[in-house]
Amino acid sequence: MTSDSYVARLRQVTQRYGKVIALDDISLDVPAGNLTGLIGPDGIGKSSVLSLIAGARRLQHGHVEVLDGSMADAHHRLRICSRIAYMPQGLGRNLYPTLSVRENIDFFARLFGLDPGLRSGRIGWVTDATGLQPFLERPAGKLSGGMKQKLGLCCALIHDPDLLILDEPTTGVDPLSRRQFWEMIARIRAGRPQMSVLVATAYMEEAARFDWLVAMTKGRVLSVGTPEELRRRTTSQTLDEAFIKFLPDTGQNVLRKSPPPPPQTHLDQVIAVRAQGLTIAFGDFTAVDHVDLTIRQGEIFGFVGSNGCGKTTTMKMLTGLLEPDAGSAELFGQDIHASDISTRRRVGYMSQSFSLYTELSVRQNLELHARLFAVPSTLIHERVREVAERFELTAVLERLPTTLPLGLRQRLSLAVAMIHKPDLLILDEPTSGVDPIARDAFWVSLTELSRNDGITIFISTHFMNEAERCDRISLMHEGRILITDTPKALTERKQASSLEEAFILFLEEAGGSSAGGQATSLLPPQSWQMEEHPSTSSHHSGGMRRLFAYARRESLELGRDPLRLSLSLVGSVILLLVIAYGISLDVEHLSFAVLDWDQSAISHDYTQNIAGSRYFDEQTPLTSHADMDRRMGSGKLSLAIEIPPGFGRDLAHGRKAEIGAWVDGAMPTRAEIVESYVTGMHDQWLARRATEAGQAAREAAPATIALRFRYNPDVKSIVAMAPAVIPLLLMLIPAILTALSVVREKELGSIVNFYVTPTTPLEFLVGKQIPYIALSLVSFLLLTIVVIAVFRVPLKGSFLTLLMGAVLYLSATTAMGLLLSTFMRSQIAALFGTAVLTLLPAVSFSGLTDPVSSLSGIGRLIGEIYPTSHFLVVARGTFSKALQFSNLTSSFLPLLAAPVILVGLSALLLQKQER
Amino acid sequence: MPLAPTLRNIFYLGIKELRSLMRDRMMLFLILYAFSFAIYAAATAMPETLNRAPIAIVDEDRSILSARIIHGFYAPLFASPKLITTAEMDARMDAGMDTFALDIPPNFERDLLAGRQPSIQLNVDATRMTQAFTGSAYVQAIVSQEIATFLFRRHIADSAPVELVLRARFNPGLSKSWFGAVMEVINNVTMLSIILAGAALIREREHGTIEHLLVMPVTPLEIMVSKVWATGAVVLLATACSLVIVVERILQVPIAGSLTLFLAAAALSLFATTSMGIFLGILGRSMPQFGLLLILVILPLEMLSGGMTPRESMPAIVRTLMEAAPTTHFVALAQAVLYRNAGFKVVWPQLLALLLIGVTLFTGSLLLFRRRLRALS
Repeated sequence: MTSDSYVARLRQVTQRYGKVIALDDISLDVPAGNLTGLIGPDGIGKSSVLSLIAGARRLQHGHVEVLDGSMADAHHRLRICSRIAYMPQGLGRNLYPTLSVRENIDFFARLFGLDPGLRSGRIGWVTDATGLQPFLERPAGKLSGGMKQKLGLCCALIHDPDLLILDEPTTGVDPLSRRQFWEMIARIRAGRPQMSVLVATAYMEEAARFDWLVAMTKGRVLSVGTPEELRRRTTSQTLDEAFIKFLPDTGQNVLRKSPPPPPQTHLDQVIAVRAQGLTIAFGDFTAVDHVDLTIRQGEIFGFVGSNGCGKTTTMKMLTGLLEPDAGSAELFGQDIHASDISTRRRVGYMSQSFSLYTELSVRQNLELHARLFAVPSTLIHERVREVAERFELTAVLERLPTTLPLGLRQRLSLAVAMIHKPDLLILDEPTSGVDPIARDAFWVSLTELSRNDGITIFISTHFMNEAERCDRISLMHEGRILITDTPKALTERKQASSLEEAFILFLEEAGGSSAGGQATSLLPPQSWQMEEHPSTSSHHSGGMRRLFAYARRESLELGRDPLRLSLSLVGSVILLLVIAYGISLDVEHLSFAVLDWDQSAISHDYTQNIAGSRYFDEQTPLTSHADMDRRMGSGKLSLAIEIPPGFGRDLAHGRKAEIGAWVDGAMPTRAEIVESYVTGMHDQWLARRATEAGQAAREAAPATIALRFRYNPDVKSIVAMAPAVIPLLLMLIPAILTALSVVREKELGSIVNFYVTPTTPLEFLVGKQIPYIALSLVSFLLLTIVVIAVFRVPLKGSFLTLLMGAVLYLSATTAMGLLLSTFMRSQIAALFGTAVLTLLPAVSFSGLTDPVSSLSGIGRLIGEIYPTSHFLVVARGTFSKALQFSNLTSSFLPLLAAPVILVGLSALLLQKQER
Repeated sequence: MPLAPTLRNIFYLGIKELRSLMRDRMMLFLILYAFSFAIYAAATAMPETLNRAPIAIVDEDRSILSARIIHGFYAPLFASPKLITTAEMDARMDAGMDTFALDIPPNFERDLLAGRQPSIQLNVDATRMTQAFTGSAYVQAIVSQEIATFLFRRHIADSAPVELVLRARFNPGLSKSWFGAVMEVINNVTMLSIILAGAALIREREHGTIEHLLVMPVTPLEIMVSKVWATGAVVLLATACSLVIVVERILQVPIAGSLTLFLAAAALSLFATTSMGIFLGILGRSMPQFGLLLILVILPLEMLSGGMTPRESMPAIVRTLMEAAPTTHFVALAQAVLYRNAGFKVVWPQLLALLLIGVTLFTGSLLLFRRRLRALS
């Protein structure tokens, strides 16, 4: 075979994450034009192989060649990534939940540089082919799991990839949707036979229909070949079996193929769960519609149904998490209320997604739950040991849950749900994404619990071989229970060959095939065929398009969050009003009191001189030094004046007198102002007395000092403060807006779209930044209007200069948030980091109250380079000093440099691949 | 509700919070930074009274007197004066290079000696309020002093019949670094407690762990109290260390009053601010929304509490509004305890106010928490 026959080749690839070896010296050739499957237990490196081939993950050791080039070569990756489509693990993990189906697909189409005409044509075709056409305007977050996966496929197919990589695309998807999904893949492959498809899956019955399989375990390849070959090689009936036989360590990994649980010997008459007419609505959507349930003690009761049909909601109502709108539910004869916690002790609940504390070790999680369920502390140690043994967790007790494979994590969840020996277990899709061996072990435990300990189990699942092991199952569809019976009876009722077939028949009868995709055209019409991959030929011209694709998407998302929009606009105006009024430096109504030992006409005159001003309010006179100490100590007086005995007499006799003034220094700014007021008034008083005494001529000052308060002749605080608050707000709010934008994509998973599309870090960052700059510019205009109209501070200088400064400044402040977002790993740290690194410098080091040149130490240094200082000069300059651009060039240079440096730094820090 | 299990749950849930925080290395680093370096920077940056005020002098006289006036301005009050020309003066002030520009006219000395009462012009950049006000008084005093010494060879104050002796109490040097340090500690206490409590709640929601808690025999009250005590303990410890090591030891700020009383007040204030954090954590549905709410709340809390500018100068409405903010009372109390050595008898109204605000915020959050349970899971 020539190299053309292989779409990807791996040679001696080894990947380690911390101490864990994910891939151990793997070599593998993936044939082109095939549907190739990767099978194996959880956590053995299937996802690692796929993400390496997709270019989403950095290669550590070895050689990976995809589409005739090395994936270690960044240029090759950039060249070919538009020929690859990658759909990561997890339901809709790379989709944007607030965007509609159309907008999601459109975003991907733009990233791959499709022309507008081609775009709408191809969106029409892929949604038609997948049956998503009727849901074009529905937000992705509101789709069911199966539909999310179809949408993911649409997004992957929009640019006609040559290699389609799907990581567990049908995990957590109901059987009907799963079947539709594979039918769709088959149709598309029929239309594009040259396309290679690489899939990881935990469903062996799916894998049995693939062209070629790679069986993996523990970071190694066990065997390759067609499903038929694999079966033959191991003389097995099913692929499931074949797979087990491949595993080297047979002692551990025997698929016990446990028999279905023996029938219940003594039919317990105690009713564990009784629900009648349970109904709940979210808005105008009725999620659960008059559901009746009766589950006997010790029974294993299964819940099956399509994604989003209300199983989880029903379960949540039974746990007391949700209060039903109508109907009633009883556990062991007791009504369930959200506020009543006594019944909760009898229930163990395991939610659909892993929801234990990832920051606590396995042991700490178990102990915490034991304590919260009030297991006596003397028993806790024993109980933890017991469940750890039962669920084979003893070896991993000290590890963090995140480092465990999915199967072990699910076992931990079950162990946690069991720790307090509940009478009823409510398990919501506990085996979703768990490999067959782990799943079997799980069911062995469940059977034991039910049959030996008499525990009632209420479980939902998408696996029909699991549903078969239940005593009875309910079929749910669109909020209603269609039918409840034993698995055998259900199969017989539809005269189906298997439960899965029966299930699909029931659903189709109930109208569940609405999203089935009756695609008429298997091929995109000629006019929508893609001639070539546009970004392959002209990567650079596509740069702007991708940048705008990101900008467009970010603004759509922002638009879907009206609270954030209004908070940032209205909030900044409110803050301006409060702060500009509030941090006034016009100090008035300071409290003062006099300790007047003299009590003469002159001493009263002196007191009146101070009390008469608008700056000071006189309080009850002081009686003694102790009184003064007490009242100043309590902060009730800002100023105390002491007039000595004989003050009037001394003055009359021309003897020198001394007046004491005590100022409360606990707030230095206020103290300084008080000092300057008192000094001024003292001098005034002296001057007045001199004039009255007719000394004017003799003692007149030899020279005068003409004081000119410039820019703000009335020395009004608001004129100085209002324009200065604008830079402050335009630092804090834009920075916090962008601070989560990257780290959030990392946490939620959509960052992978950046890894595997031809987007460069700069396109990604600037694209994200633009909407926030635009939003903040609106905010800037609002603030400017408020300053002019409400505070009556005229804009004396050039508005254009101010606007130009604002654009540069906002580019810098949004980049500041982006930088922190790129750098931090958790959202909390990004938030706190941004608050810490913007608040103090912007408020204290940027010249808001004290000019930067008067600061000292580190604060001065920070102030010199901080963008807020420079925009503050521009804002005050244009508002109060009537300045033009030419006067402000020295401030514009740093403002120009700041965004370039900050965005550049972010781009350097932003990895184009996952480590 | 039996008390023992409730207390036990609160204890264990709180321990869980502490363990979570210990795992976030970056967060620990940021806390360390906020309570050491940031405090140090804030304290040392603040100018002492009038510090190195930038002044420029246009000396058109070039006489002995004008030279003396120029030499009258020196550090630390003023930066050494820049000698400039009339033409440069406006441009320099426009660019914000000088706060003061003193123009000594030609023949100033000659006119003075001739008794013609010449006039010196002092230009002040009045957009820099703090310096403009106190600074211009200083400039006038210095110029008058130099003229008096030149003319009469004596100190100007000697000529006045009454001397005003000014003494600042509690902080004799009016050192702002004392003040800056303590206020920055208070700011960080507020910010950290709101973020830790609020973001921890949002994270529990985003990771689905809150749902897990709610199916257990655990009440919203217990969840809230555990967050309050755990967050409070971390911040209180950071505060105590910061005060003793950074503020007292490194910055050499003499703390007059009782540290215990201050920490007790900090604990009360933390009760209020963590409750506020939880409130915001329920109000905001995602981390980005919480971030914005945080900024909207924290800015007024920090800037209008009386720690930055005196409360006396605020308009009545802002002052009244800020009575509802825990920081206002905490700042007033901190000034009283740490500077004026005030005891419980003096500061009990602030303590009471903090308690009331805390109880109100806590109750409000608890009610909202209970009402939003459905949305949370």
